Amino acid sequence: MSEFVSFKIDGKQCMGRAGEFIAEAAERNNIYIPTLCNYKGTAPKAACRVCTVKVNGRMMTSCSTPLQEGMEIENETAEIQDIRSGIIELLFAEGNHLCPSCEKGGSCELQALGYRFRMMVPRFPYLFPVREIDASHPKLIKDHNRCILCKRCVRVMKDENGHSLFAFYKRGTKLEIAIAPELADKITDEVAQQAMDVCPTGALLKKRKGWDVPVGKRMYDMKPIGSEFEQVK
Amino acid sequence: MDILLDILAENGYISDEDITSLAAGLDMSSADVEQTVSFYHFFARKPMAKYNVYLNSSAIAVLKGREKIATAFERESGCSFGKVSEDGMISLDDCADIGMADQEPAALINGIVFPNLTAFRVKELVRDMRKGLSVDELRSHGLGDGMNNSEYMKATVTNNIRKKGAVIFSEYQGGSALEKVKADRMSQEQLIDLVKQSGLRGRGGAGFPTAMKWDFCRKAKGEKKYIFCNADEGEPGTFKDRVILTERPRLIFDGMALAGYAVGAEEGILYVRYEYMYMKEYLESILTEMRKEKALGKDASGIKGFNFDIRIQYGAGAYVCGEESALIESAEGKRGEPRDRPPFPVEKGYLGMPTAVNNVETLCSVAKLVTNGVEWFKSLGTGQSTGTKLLSISGDVKYPGVYEVEWGFSINDILEMSGGDPAAVQAVQVGGPSGSCVGPNEFERIVSYEDIATGGAMMVIGEDHDLLQDVVLNFTEFFIDESCGSCSTCRALTVMYKKTLEKVLSGDGRRKDIDAMLSWAPIGKASRCGLGQTAMNPICTSIKNFRYLYEGHIKNANEQYEGGFDIAKAVADSCEVVGRRPNL
Repeated sequence: MSEFVSFKIDGKQCMGRAGEFIAEAAERNNIYIPTLCNYKGTAPKAACRVCTVKVNGRMMTSCSTPLQEGMEIENETAEIQDIRSGIIELLFAEGNHLCPSCEKGGSCELQALGYRFRMMVPRFPYLFPVREIDASHPKLIKDHNRCILCKRCVRVMKDENGHSLFAFYKRGTKLEIAIAPELADKITDEVAQQAMDVCPTGALLKKRKGWDVPVGKRMYDMKPIGSEFEQVK
Repeated sequence: MDILLDILAENGYISDEDITSLAAGLDMSSADVEQTVSFYHFFARKPMAKYNVYLNSSAIAVLKGREKIATAFERESGCSFGKVSEDGMISLDDCADIGMADQEPAALINGIVFPNLTAFRVKELVRDMRKGLSVDELRSHGLGDGMNNSEYMKATVTNNIRKKGAVIFSEYQGGSALEKVKADRMSQEQLIDLVKQSGLRGRGGAGFPTAMKWDFCRKAKGEKKYIFCNADEGEPGTFKDRVILTERPRLIFDGMALAGYAVGAEEGILYVRYEYMYMKEYLESILTEMRKEKALGKDASGIKGFNFDIRIQYGAGAYVCGEESALIESAEGKRGEPRDRPPFPVEKGYLGMPTAVNNVETLCSVAKLVTNGVEWFKSLGTGQSTGTKLLSISGDVKYPGVYEVEWGFSINDILEMSGGDPAAVQAVQVGGPSGSCVGPNEFERIVSYEDIATGGAMMVIGEDHDLLQDVVLNFTEFFIDESCGSCSTCRALTVMYKKTLEKVLSGDGRRKDIDAMLSWAPIGKASRCGLGQTAMNPICTSIKNFRYLYEGHIKNANEQYEGGFDIAKAVADSCEVVGRRPNL
């Protein structure tokens, strides 16, 4: 059992275990640090940078930075909040996110964060990229318009040998997720459902089933993202 | 990486079958292999031509007339960029800076550098390619100076050493640094302490104290430890490592051995960028000699219990691999995506073991300061910046090349040194695209860690160039191409900057667009590595220092409404279909 350490978030005294990631420790102290690419139980990737905080004056991602005694963490300062909402806006402007027609609407983490940061119109120009919808797999639709390249599917979805079912191809603006060709058969209905649940947006959708939870009754329709931690006071 | 590089050298491209068999051999999925392959610029996935021409498109190449050369290649080969000629002989592609900024325009043909291209030379090259001459024969006339001329290299590259300083380019007797360690029976701690006293800081640009890095690595727990020498040198406008690799390889390898001794490593890895493939045999030959001399291997340099050897790892075209953790990922055969820190490489680096990554010039400085003593080293430079610095000077100066200077020169001094005319210089890009773009009012600033630090690139931009179009936009596009794409901030924000700059340049911009670009900088700073954190520097530093250039493109200074939307253009297609003219 690792030792307990004390640290501060926005001046509030907190306790946690040395070495656990700041984002987890914050949750247990009932403080919400917004995360997006992070997925419980999987090694962090810090790809989206939404969970950026300032630790002793330096910008760090809270999903991937281990906790240390005496850290002074800035979470909800105007500076940090502006960076976070800037990142959310970037992600909206970078892809083609048409929420009203998306199967994931209401349970999409990107959309929920858009609401949390009260985004009206992104400060950036929309890029309207031409991206593919790949429906060639029998069980799964891959809609690159909605993919925010968080790498969750690559990190989480593995076969029994530990091989990733998904991979990142190319780099930079050409970066995209791909299904490993020889493992494509391993994506059954069940796995497709799991992939869809792992995906924070509507980029991975299970085929032939949709809208089984009506809009208005979906996860973030009922309670805003982050509220599960913030309401316990 | 090595297997892929071998396949590339053998077949010119990496086929589906190669990927499948490699995956099976490594117990990976083929997608795992593909994700590495598709990351690097030079891993072609389709059969290429017999001769693959990659013409550098960096800003300096553009200043030096790259467009004419591109046109000459297209005219002579009868094919356009991004294509293969009809007879399958020649393919043309762009590539990012290849470390030849002092002899641009330059191209890589089948991995070999051809610098100082002229339209005439292009004609000759294409003629010889059509004859089917080998790449060796293509470069057979006009070999470069110094060791470029050696049997193992036969390179047409020239060194352009314009100023030899006391540390790097002074004479060095191979092995003498290690003899000193042996003769003085120096312990690991004593060696690190010596480096500490010298005040040596990393020469790659960040300026981290070398001794501190080594000490962390020495104290970190791990079964094995590794030393890396970072010769990725991808920053456009930097080419000093190319010259050190050519003229002082033994100094580098001795520096690596010292680092290995200090931290307790048995293996050193020299990571060299793909663009310097022409040096491979030459560098290997030096290592072979060292092994013969027993300067490497068991009880290396006669120091009992010091077992140390060096291997060379080549990259495959990715600027971001110059970042130390991306370099380690790449050497492990993965995509060159930087890692999150902590843990730092000195704790968990190559294969999860403590690893110290040092710049070429840093390691050379260590070898020299051990040989000549701390006091000697500290007598060079300024208070906090000891020793010398190699500058890679390129662009609009009379004598582009490598200058070894003591720290403490002003930019004006440097311009005069290299035959530039300060009165005719519009701007100097200090430290490459990720550095700052400074104007004449800052030319008195001093190059040192205390004032304006640099990895060594000085790109001089004369007043007759369009700074925003030819340089700032070019740099921004460079960052877009070279972003690994892992962080949303770097991947997407760079594109937003480009779009907005283009909007301003097109005359549709508003004053608020200029301020908006400045206000976005903190978002980019949230990126994981230096690439993302500095990718907005070309635009932000040029707005700061050359705001009037931006404002000159704003048509109506008081216009508040959004520009850039042309309704006639937007409805042009639909008007054509229905056969109407827009009623505007």
